[in-house]
Amino acid sequence: MIVIFGVFLLTLLVITAIAIVRTENLFVAVMLQGIASLFIAGNFFLLDAADVALTEAAIGAGISTVLFLSALALTSERERSKSSNKMLSFTVVAVAALVLIYATFDKPRFGDPNAPVQTHVAPWYLEKTPEYIDIPNVVTAVLGSYRGYDTLGEVLVVFTAGIGVLFLLGSGAPLGSLPQEKINEGLRHHLIPRVVGRVLIPFILLFGLYVQFHGEYGPGGGFQAGAIIAAAIILFALLEGEQRALSVIPARVLLGLVAFGPLLYLAVGIAGIVLGGNFLDYSVLSSDSVTGQQLGILLIEAGVGITVTGVLLSIFHAFAARGR
Amino acid sequence: MEILGLYYYWVFAILLMVGLYAVIAKRNLVKKLIGLTLFQSAVFLLYITMGKVDDGTAPIFSVTGSNIFSNPLPQVLILTAIVVGISTTALGLGIVVRLKEEYGTIEENEIQEIDER
Repeated sequence: MIVIFGVFLLTLLVITAIAIVRTENLFVAVMLQGIASLFIAGNFFLLDAADVALTEAAIGAGISTVLFLSALALTSERERSKSSNKMLSFTVVAVAALVLIYATFDKPRFGDPNAPVQTHVAPWYLEKTPEYIDIPNVVTAVLGSYRGYDTLGEVLVVFTAGIGVLFLLGSGAPLGSLPQEKINEGLRHHLIPRVVGRVLIPFILLFGLYVQFHGEYGPGGGFQAGAIIAAAIILFALLEGEQRALSVIPARVLLGLVAFGPLLYLAVGIAGIVLGGNFLDYSVLSSDSVTGQQLGILLIEAGVGITVTGVLLSIFHAFAARGR
Repeated sequence: MEILGLYYYWVFAILLMVGLYAVIAKRNLVKKLIGLTLFQSAVFLLYITMGKVDDGTAPIFSVTGSNIFSNPLPQVLILTAIVVGISTTALGLGIVVRLKEEYGTIEENEIQEIDER
């Protein structure tokens, strides 16, 4: 049954991808891309990657679509020129695809428990997590503790990209200087989206907090929670107008969040050194090393969540402000 | 299972190349970024496919669950890569918006023409 479902989703995914490239209307392409993301998220779920599916659904189908649409509003909705060297590009791509497909016959069998990728460090992670960290979700344990350095790097990349967008687009004109007619009303005059949104937004925020603090026990964590909370506030901005969203969380506060998240992460790392361990060694944070690990993961996940929320919202407001 | 496994890899190859085609052949910069996103998604799909173990479940210990788990490591790598991906895509879109403001177009060939003048 799962086999049929997997093949079905993958086929739809390929069809969607080809449609995305073929259409000349960029609006259609962006919408189709949201659908493709949803198919990919479904596939991740079939492949036992619940955490990744949650992230892809929140980011790919939600925030990415909004960002592309705001960029389209600032540029243009249609492609004007024809493709360059269609035949040549198609030949190159087709040959490369054939080579890749030929290579797949040498890959280890799908789901093989003895494939090289399964016999390296993964068994150690699965075996030692209950002893060293004692949380049910191994993905969170690897993300927060075993590969904490890696995650710190990723958080700093997100931080840098956010700063980069703010440098390129500016963080927006001050609100007081805007003429009245320029103030974006959002969908405030449309009854149905407004009523539905009012009911949904508190629950999305609550779900975001659940995902943040339940990340040790179920699928979730800072990256997913940050994306979900940002999505809820972006939804609020779309429904009530950007200005109202900015009066709830001002741009200055967002900038503070962007900086505070990585600082919190780094502070937890340095606390490890100060208390006599290594950088990002959480075992020394508490008298009991397992409790210390759990505390460290909780804190760095909070740092990750704060960074992701701050960066995604700052990027959204930077694009929205450019349109004024 | 055999066919499904190969099918996942084939979809990876096709998706990767569809994305690459958009990057090479299309002249619209937003379309190129969309192609890049597809390319990226294909890589994510490959990683997660390789982490799957027969009869495994999500790597979360539960009271009643089985003790065969899929590989958590590729999941961690891709989880963070998705969030990094959206941030870098946003940076790319920011550059496209600035180009539009400077040149009045987001078509690669028109930008080149303006530059050569």
